[in-house]
Amino acid sequence: MLIHSIFFYFFSIIAIFSSLMVITSRNTVNSVFFLILDFISVGCLFIMVGAEFLGMIILIVYVGAVAVLFLFVVMMLNVAEQKQSWFIGKKSTHIPTGLIVSVLIFLELLVVVGGWKYKDNLMSSSSLIFSKISNTHQLGLVMYTDYILYFQLAGIILLLSMIGAILLTFRERPGVKRQSYIKQISRDPKTSVELKNVQSYEGVKVDD
Amino acid sequence: MLEYLQIFGQEIYRILFLLIPILVSVAMIVWLDRRVWGLVQKRRGPNVVGPFGLLQTLADALKYIFKEIIIPASANKTVFILAPIVTMTLALVAWAVIPLSEELVLSDINVGILYLFAISSLGVYGIIMGGWASNSKYPFLGAIRSAAQMVSYEVSIGIIIINVLLCVGSLNLKDIVLAQKELWYVVPLFPMFVIFFISALAETNRPPFDLPEAEAELVAGYQTEYSGMMYAMFWLGEYANILLMCAMGSILFLGGWLPIVDIYPLNIIPPPVWMLLKILFLFLLFALIKAIVPRYRYDQLMRLGWKIFLPFSLIYLVLTASFLFYFDKLPKGNF
Repeated sequence: MLIHSIFFYFFSIIAIFSSLMVITSRNTVNSVFFLILDFISVGCLFIMVGAEFLGMIILIVYVGAVAVLFLFVVMMLNVAEQKQSWFIGKKSTHIPTGLIVSVLIFLELLVVVGGWKYKDNLMSSSSLIFSKISNTHQLGLVMYTDYILYFQLAGIILLLSMIGAILLTFRERPGVKRQSYIKQISRDPKTSVELKNVQSYEGVKVDD
Repeated sequence: MLEYLQIFGQEIYRILFLLIPILVSVAMIVWLDRRVWGLVQKRRGPNVVGPFGLLQTLADALKYIFKEIIIPASANKTVFILAPIVTMTLALVAWAVIPLSEELVLSDINVGILYLFAISSLGVYGIIMGGWASNSKYPFLGAIRSAAQMVSYEVSIGIIIINVLLCVGSLNLKDIVLAQKELWYVVPLFPMFVIFFISALAETNRPPFDLPEAEAELVAGYQTEYSGMMYAMFWLGEYANILLMCAMGSILFLGGWLPIVDIYPLNIIPPPVWMLLKILFLFLLFALIKAIVPRYRYDQLMRLGWKIFLPFSLIYLVLTASFLFYFDKLPKGNF
């Protein structure tokens, strides 16, 4: 038990420290690196409480994909060092908005956690069986029986947002030459090569 | 407290027992790679140091150790030094869950395949950190290319893994191997095996997908500014990753430590030998492909990943699921 709590405090201190560093570090790339550290330590905490599937999914989805894209964007846009800060220099205009959003999220969390405490039949779900079966199996059993509708709805919302993002950024540029593999493969010498009898001093017309 | 220390000591002993063979086999595999490459091109390859040139990699490593480590003046020093360490560590850490036989595994966790997938998807950080921290054009371009490439091919690898998991019904690597006792998955899932192999080539930045370090355009990609031991660490990490991908392929499709057929002369060969033979077979394919296939163009690479592999593996997933459902062969699970 002692070792367990040592590891717990180790990971949670790293998680809190790195999440503080995310918002205070001047270099945006560094803050993305700290965000990654934060994700990893939260994943480790999940594994420590026995939710191994969730921990691994956090590693795969957040660290392996989402944070890579963050890093990509931050590096590509070449965002310079953060000039605005809380206390020194020019006052930021983002701070009031950020405060409102974070207060809202905090209140929402309060409502969720509070509601959770008073929901009595949470553990009496029809298919949640407490036994020796693995965490992944349990999650699957609950997710694909009781909550299948919400699960599918979440999937459809994600799909829609993906299609929306593609539509918003899609721009058809005129005059772009595209490679068509089918056309290239299905060409044959009979139609693509033509033998011409060139008259002297007249030549042939190209590109008409 | 003494108890804990004892357990700790035992664990370290077990870890070293796994790590040192891996490092030695990485050295051997580098030699094999260069040798195969040479033989395909009708050269001799490294054949001077030691018998058949086997000690060539050790000689190279010795040379790298004695070279100066140059850190560019405008580089971000912390991240620059961290990048090869991250690559090397991630490549070695993943070996913890690879089972060489039914007993010979460092940690037998429930979500082994997810762990492998997570670690291999973290591999992109070493490259992207190295490229960015170098603060130079070629490494940065190489890193950006590599990040895009690895993220794209991970998607199809993930779906291929789901294909296998549908047939097994467990995320444990041992269960995955034991489920192939009757039939290796390379037979029913052959198209997936081919796609997995090609995606593994792209995931480890091997030719024909070695665009991140395309020497004709980008000098050496993200490794351009690295020298000495730090370069060697990138290099070792890369080969350890290749070996890991081979091990993953042999566990998912070639039946891990199981013999081809369970009959007399074949089943007295110890299981780890079978596992090593399969890893070696896949690595030989990797080495041959490096020698015989020309490099892809970048847009072709992306097209292959997103427009061909992803839809194809999705369709195959639906087919596998429907087949298993229709013939009532879905794994029941042990509860």
